[in-house]
Amino acid sequence: MAHATQTRREFLQTSATIGASLVIGFHLPAAGRRSAASFKPNAWLEIQPDGAVTIWTGRSEMGQGVRTAMPMIVAEELEADWQTVRVVQADANPAYGDQMTVGSRSVQSGWEPLRRAGAAAREMLIAAAALTWDLPGAECRAEKGVVRHAASGRTLGYGTLTGRAATLPVPANPPLKSPAEYRLLGTRVPRVDTAAKVTGRAQFGLDVRVPGMVFAAVARSPVFGGRVTSFDGAAARAVPGVSGVEQISRGVAVVAENTWAAFQGKRALRVQWDEGANARWSSDGIREAFVSAAARPGDPVRATGDVDAALRGADRTVEAVYDAPYLAHACMEPMNCTAQVTGGKAEIWAPTQNPQGIQREAARILGFAPDAVTVHVTYTGGGFGRRGGPMDYPTEAIELAQKLGKPVQVVWTRADDIQNGVFRPATYNVLRGGLDPNGRPVAWSHTLVGPNGPSFMITRGADELIYSVPNFRLTRVTEDPGIPVAPWRGVGPSQNGWIVESFVDELAHAAGKDPYVFRRELVAAQPRLLAVLDRAAERAGWRSPAATGRHRGIALWQFGDTYVAEVAEIEMQPDGLPRVHRVVCAIDCGTVINPDTVEAQCQSNIVYGLTAALYGEIAIDRGRVVQSNFNDYPMLRLAQMPEVEVIIVKSDAAPGGIGEAALPAIAPAVCNALFTATGKRIRRLPIAHAG
Amino acid sequence: MPEFTLSVNGRARTVNVPGDMPLLWVLRDTLGLTGTKFGCGSALCGACTVHLGGEATRSCVTPVARVGTRPITTIEGLSPDGSHPVQRAWIAEEVPQCGYCQVGQVMTAAALLARHPHPADADIDAAMTNICRCGTYQRIRRAVHRAAEV
Repeated sequence: MAHATQTRREFLQTSATIGASLVIGFHLPAAGRRSAASFKPNAWLEIQPDGAVTIWTGRSEMGQGVRTAMPMIVAEELEADWQTVRVVQADANPAYGDQMTVGSRSVQSGWEPLRRAGAAAREMLIAAAALTWDLPGAECRAEKGVVRHAASGRTLGYGTLTGRAATLPVPANPPLKSPAEYRLLGTRVPRVDTAAKVTGRAQFGLDVRVPGMVFAAVARSPVFGGRVTSFDGAAARAVPGVSGVEQISRGVAVVAENTWAAFQGKRALRVQWDEGANARWSSDGIREAFVSAAARPGDPVRATGDVDAALRGADRTVEAVYDAPYLAHACMEPMNCTAQVTGGKAEIWAPTQNPQGIQREAARILGFAPDAVTVHVTYTGGGFGRRGGPMDYPTEAIELAQKLGKPVQVVWTRADDIQNGVFRPATYNVLRGGLDPNGRPVAWSHTLVGPNGPSFMITRGADELIYSVPNFRLTRVTEDPGIPVAPWRGVGPSQNGWIVESFVDELAHAAGKDPYVFRRELVAAQPRLLAVLDRAAERAGWRSPAATGRHRGIALWQFGDTYVAEVAEIEMQPDGLPRVHRVVCAIDCGTVINPDTVEAQCQSNIVYGLTAALYGEIAIDRGRVVQSNFNDYPMLRLAQMPEVEVIIVKSDAAPGGIGEAALPAIAPAVCNALFTATGKRIRRLPIAHAG
Repeated sequence: MPEFTLSVNGRARTVNVPGDMPLLWVLRDTLGLTGTKFGCGSALCGACTVHLGGEATRSCVTPVARVGTRPITTIEGLSPDGSHPVQRAWIAEEVPQCGYCQVGQVMTAAALLARHPHPADADIDAAMTNICRCGTYQRIRRAVHRAAEV
């Protein structure tokens, strides 16, 4: 090609003619559109002269499908030929805005800017074609990577228009397509990464290989908050393949030529720990502290009406105490990070939900400017909140890379992952409800005791009911036993959904009403909730009896702008545990980007939530986590998988999130079914304790 | 350091590693075959599954000294181009989410189908014990049945 030998300067000068790329920024429509180099957009697309379209995604792919869904949104408005779209994962870069991949919000928050970015580019390409033909733009339209003039039948491919389009002003408010015009959105577009994931080609964090790299395993305090007093690395150094032992801020690292040697060296390490104040905590003591704390006044979170008077005046009252345990995330890919620090620059590869957090952390540790730190986001073997906030595993790799002066991959063992992690908070909950003579709830009082933590992790989901209850009060009491907590898939609603929807079920039974009908009456004025509730009940055959030995439970939840109802059908087994045979899940998540992904995320949330409900508990003994691997922190496996039927209730509302929405309802649906089966109310998870 | 000659994906590979080093780490760190995954290190999750003499084997607890002359097949050698019936079925059913466990799932399923070309659900339950935290089990079951049909 003629321009292949051009200098960069010449290339830029001729960018208005052939050979230019059209690069569109999402939020900076007026900024340097001549070339990628002069451009710092939020996230962007590029069209090559050969017509190939590249779309960058700023959020992390951890199974939820954003690497497919977000580019689909851009491609829809761009009228790109999806087959030509190449998707690229962006590195950490503040120009992409917030890259934290949390809260089920990648598609929600990207919905407007991604569509605008695609639409602006489309309008510019149409305008470029109209200029080329000397025709009014209104007579031209874009379709599958081509601008077409309908009257004459002439067409111009996007690739031929990039140079001219790049000279045009970026429209600030390009017209957006109506849902009826969607070609991609709402269709079952195959995920872009499936082939890579079934051939082993997908590169996860642990698969990063850098020339000259070494591997490291870190011994950390067995007690949360403990510190190294002294250590003896002689035996570790004697392990074949071990090249060094280094103290870092979070413990003692054994460095080796391969992961196995690092693990062996860590095992041989002798470390004396100052265990600190948290060694006094064990699970029973934590619960006792929570019980005592519940008597304290606490902080009002939300209150309406006069709860105490309403309880006194109620026709019937119900009281119950619910215990939610600490939980580990147990991502399939253990925590790991690869880092290299050379010549005043750092390069980091991480499976992470928070690349900018790592960039900032590295800059802080190393004393570098953030732009001297490159963070590559690899495929992420599960996130679930674990890889969002905490900077534990990146910190270890960054410190070691600096000390060693060579690239290093820090690898956590599974025991490290379970025992040295961060956890969903345990909480202790006292609930009181009052019913009027017609069996309608008139009072709801909830005292929630839990550790320090932001409200979205502790009280969200308990602070506001979807049901109309005129007198409502949530009080939070903080009692912190020093166990580090973090967001866990579904955050507050992951535990509060179980508590609230179980207690609603208790009220329904106290009112002598069918739990479906009881809920239905209370959401009668909320059409989206009502629709999912009715659809789930209908598909599950709620109004007809279950087969012999089968029992059903129902739960309803609103997660942000997504509405979910679930019916679980169970059978009690001789060991006292329920076998969940079937789950019907009706979801209204607004506009659907990819129905296959919505179904997959519902299945995923149901398994994640069901696993926790059946088996999940992190117990504490003298400040240490008792569990260590999948033998004592068990997971649901294929043989226990219920048949999950997902019903997507159609809506043209803006997209709600799907990464967590179907999680809160599964535990209460199963526990409510279990109550129907046995008359026993599960008020302490996991259910395995009750077996 | 002892020397072992392994047959990996049809090629003879000689490695100098301790005899108790698990095959997983020989594959990943010594031979650079990172398709096989580390999940638990205790044969509990199946992410590290490879074929050893045609049998699905959890490589994280298989000392390299015990491999002997049995041929090793990893995901990189299951098919030259990702066209093994199990891989095609996995793609058709859109099984993977995060994808981390899927290599082990595919290898386990391929070994199952080699033994039971038309497995019943009970056979699938018994063989497919690999953990998936994303909850793709329902699709895995369908994909195994689909692969059995081709």
